[in-house]
Amino acid sequence: MSVIIYDKVCKRFESSKGYAVDHVSAEIGEGEFITILGSSGCGKTTLLKLTNRLYDPDSGRIMVAGKDISSVDPVELRRSMGYVIQQVGLFPHMTIRDNITAIPALMKWDRKRIDDRADELLSLVGLEPSEFRDRYPHQLSGGQQQRVGLARALVLDPDIMLMDEPFGAIDAITRLNLQNELMRLHRELGKTILFVTHDINEAFKLGDRVMVMNEGRLLQFDEPHEIARHPADDFVSTLIESARSQEHFWTENEE
Amino acid sequence: MITGIAEYISTHTMQLLGQIATHTGISLFALLVAAVIGIPCGYLASRSEKAELIVSAPFEMLRVVPSLAFLILLIPVMGTGLAPTIVALTVLAVPPILLNTIVGFRTVPDFMIESAMGIGMTDKEILHKVRIPAAMPMILAGVRTALVEVFASTTLAAKIGAGGLGEIIFTGLGLNRTDLLVLGGVLTAVLSLAAGGVFDALSRRIMKYKYV
Ligand SMILES: Nc1ncnc2c1ncn2[C@@H]1O[C@H](COP(=O)(O)OP(=O)(O)OP(=O)(O)O)[C@@H](O)[C@H]1O
Ligand SMILES: [Mg+2]
Repeated sequence: MSVIIYDKVCKRFESSKGYAVDHVSAEIGEGEFITILGSSGCGKTTLLKLTNRLYDPDSGRIMVAGKDISSVDPVELRRSMGYVIQQVGLFPHMTIRDNITAIPALMKWDRKRIDDRADELLSLVGLEPSEFRDRYPHQLSGGQQQRVGLARALVLDPDIMLMDEPFGAIDAITRLNLQNELMRLHRELGKTILFVTHDINEAFKLGDRVMVMNEGRLLQFDEPHEIARHPADDFVSTLIESARSQEHFWTENEE
Repeated sequence: MITGIAEYISTHTMQLLGQIATHTGISLFALLVAAVIGIPCGYLASRSEKAELIVSAPFEMLRVVPSLAFLILLIPVMGTGLAPTIVALTVLAVPPILLNTIVGFRTVPDFMIESAMGIGMTDKEILHKVRIPAAMPMILAGVRTALVEVFASTTLAAKIGAGGLGEIIFTGLGLNRTDLLVLGGVLTAVLSLAAGGVFDALSRRIMKYKYV
């Protein structure tokens, strides 16, 4: 069964001429790990923000868990999804624990439950609770902050996770670790994940299926090996070619 | 002159302490009133250019009138004593608080608001948990500026009989006694510095995260 359905979804901003998201239709199954791939400005972030009603579409509709989200209260909808924003966006005036549990605190969970949940999530994303819970965001490295962003998105145990380039500003090695951890989390927790990236290797490694976007349109939505073998059009071919040519460097220089 | 000052202090100790207390009380009260007016107005003004114009224009106009002149102008309306003093000092203190509050709320980074919305905070929760704390350093800086101005200007209160350290200065002026002028000036300066120091300590506790 599909948990998320995009039905001819369009969004354009007043200031720009073209569509940011242009007649996108797609169905996402429960527990799928979907990666959204495309170059800068192609509408990846906009598509995510349409999914949790940070934006509303100009036309078309989006169904989540069988309901048209235009009739769901935005706050409720957002609490039912985890959202990791592109800029990490931790609150500088709150400790790591308070960042992670901001919403539970507003929901009046009791203290003990809040503290336990924060520690549990810190461990889950690979940060030692006793070392990190009382720190402030500026006392963490970029990569550690992104882990906290992930923990915060998981706090209400949502079935759907929206992740906007969560490993953007991270070095290759840490990134590899985080990718592997995320794949482990996906296996263990069975969540539906929409993961935005502009890195083709990341998209093909992580995604059960990959959405390839360009200029607001969804060009191809398929399993990685299908896309590699049968690119839908010239844009996708070029994308694959560019990844292959990078690959060449490594195969040619093997010992 | 030093001995003159020392003698004055020893013979007028209780009176001096009273003046310091009055001075502090008047200043803090005016500051409080200014904060109660300036911060909410600043928040409203931060939400649109038009609101900003409406809210800040009157204070900008009043601001150019020197405090002493303003105080004298108030006498026919409000008489002498505490009330016109508080009004004049409040008018002096509101602009820095107002302007800093506007800037503080305007410069909350978009991504912070977006991440607050994205995790499912309501508008009201975003105001309390994100906007206000994020604007707080600027707001407190505005209050700090106002505090220094108010503590210095409260000396004028003595001119219309509201008391404070200005009494020493005006007595000195009347009797042509330099030692009293120096004493009044120095005490006012020290009191301003002390109040500023206490305020900074409080700010640091509010914004603990900036100092770890
Ligand atoms: N709030 C906005 N107002 C006006 N135009 C916008 C807004 N947000 C995005 N756009 C425009 O919509 C298009 C898609 O933007 P979007 O942020 O979705 O791109 P993206 O694929 O996430 O890019 P990146 O990889 O750089 O994050 C861009 O042309 C962008 O300039
Ligand atoms: Mg983006």
